[in-house]
Amino acid sequence: MKKRKKQLRNRMIIAAAFALLLVLIAILAPVIAPNDPYKTSAALIRKAPSAAYLFGTDNLGRCVLSRVLIGARTTIASTFFLVAISFAVGILIGMMCGYFGGIIDGLLMRLADLMLAFPQMVVAIAVAGILGGGLGGAMLALGITMWTSFARLARSHTLAIKNEPYIMAAKLQGKNSFQILFTHIFPNILEPVLVNALTQIGTTMIGISGLSFLGLGVVAPQAEWGSMISEARAYIQIAPWAVLFPAAATVLTITVFNYLGDAVMEYRDAD
Amino acid sequence: MGKQTAKQIAKRIVSLIIILLILSFLTFLLMYLAPGDPAEKRLSSQGVAVTKEVLEAEQERMGLLRPFMVRYGEWLGGVLHGDFGLSFKDDMPVGPKLVAGLKKTTGLASASLLLALLVSIPLGILSAVKRNSIFDHIVRLLSFIGNSLPNFLISVLLMYLLCIRLDLFPVVATGSLQGLFLPAISLAIPMAGRFTRQIRTETIEQLNKEYVTGLRTRGVREKTILINNVFHNAIGHIFTVVALQIGVLMGGSVVIETIFRWPGIGKLVMDSINARDYPTIMGFVLIMGTIYVVINLITDIVYHVLDPRV
Repeated sequence: MKKRKKQLRNRMIIAAAFALLLVLIAILAPVIAPNDPYKTSAALIRKAPSAAYLFGTDNLGRCVLSRVLIGARTTIASTFFLVAISFAVGILIGMMCGYFGGIIDGLLMRLADLMLAFPQMVVAIAVAGILGGGLGGAMLALGITMWTSFARLARSHTLAIKNEPYIMAAKLQGKNSFQILFTHIFPNILEPVLVNALTQIGTTMIGISGLSFLGLGVVAPQAEWGSMISEARAYIQIAPWAVLFPAAATVLTITVFNYLGDAVMEYRDAD
Repeated sequence: MGKQTAKQIAKRIVSLIIILLILSFLTFLLMYLAPGDPAEKRLSSQGVAVTKEVLEAEQERMGLLRPFMVRYGEWLGGVLHGDFGLSFKDDMPVGPKLVAGLKKTTGLASASLLLALLVSIPLGILSAVKRNSIFDHIVRLLSFIGNSLPNFLISVLLMYLLCIRLDLFPVVATGSLQGLFLPAISLAIPMAGRFTRQIRTETIEQLNKEYVTGLRTRGVREKTILINNVFHNAIGHIFTVVALQIGVLMGGSVVIETIFRWPGIGKLVMDSINARDYPTIMGFVLIMGTIYVVINLITDIVYHVLDPRV
């Protein structure tokens, strides 16, 4: 059994290394990108991959490799941002609901139930559509339903530990609710909620790139994989590389983050 | 079904009605809060030059000058009678358009669900039985990748491969049976990935239960155990897994229908979003929300009936 745990640990570390590499690429994108991702050129329209333009060029003569690299930034940064905000809002609401209970708990949990009662992508498409596009709108549209899973998880874990002796002891020491929440409860419920955040990354990326693909996310000319695929789809017969490279980048990134989520879950479960 | 269950179901139906009322209110509010003036949008989406006089007359005609709650009440009253208002785009009633789209979407969604289940039930069970074999590893890898593929990507790639490189299918689906195949596959692949993973896990769990060991020691054949007991016990679980996918399927069909021009409700809503045709968008949200909530309720009831302990 111990050997199995060790195996799973190694798997987790390898997955994390790949994920970290992707994040590094996203951060360093402006430095690594061989060309200006926004520079259009009439002479370079739809050129096949070559030494100067490894992934070829698109309909406006822009370097696809540079756009894929900068697009990593857009996709990964907006996903992390959205997951982080949902995580923060959710854990805060969940902790307070679990700890204090009462009317606020009842109201907020009904609100969470209500949000879970609707299909996420349908809500997101309607909200993003009515807000009229833009990455901010798309993130808001996905975030409306996303915080609920964090809140429920944080609430149930808070409920499970709030009557433990060490919390009682802290109360008897005269610590106020705020201190107890942040110094005793928060560190103890952090792990499961963080794991949830990790498993949400892949789905969130699919959501953001899906909305961008529909034209409800990033606004042109900003480089983002979903919108690049959507744009280049029109001339896929002539320049398949303009679709295939951002597509490969999307699959690779989502797979790596999903794999990391799986690896961490399995490592935790194997005892 | 006992008295207790009936009572629980009644309770669920009441909360369902409340949820639907809130949904209708939120939908109306969303349109109310949307940037810009509906009268102006209606005029501009119909290509009328907007002057102050024309705009005021249109606002009066559309009843925009009355209080919010009155307008909401009127809209809701209409919706309850199947009247979703008139489209901003062409002044045609929204209801029949939504119904026509819904029919097409239901066809597509059912086809893709069927495909996904046909693939994932045997694969999930077999890979659970042959746990840690090469077959199991391949199935796990494929289902993992399928689960990680956004469906817009699958459809673009399939289109490229099958329509353009191999020239096997028409590029535009427009509702024909032949055209159904590609959009259905695009929707089915990520679902099949998810289903296979979940069915595999559930089957492994069932196989580890004591009753299986009991049956084995009594000399019951492995195949019989698998079909009569394990699969039978897993059906309730599979049912829930499918129900949970309905929401994802609804979002996915918007994307897929837009790509393949399948004339369903998803394509209708994207066209409406692009034309800022709010009555249609509102009708879409309301109908999809209602279907989703009702399906969830039915799932719960069926689950109760299949497993009276819950």
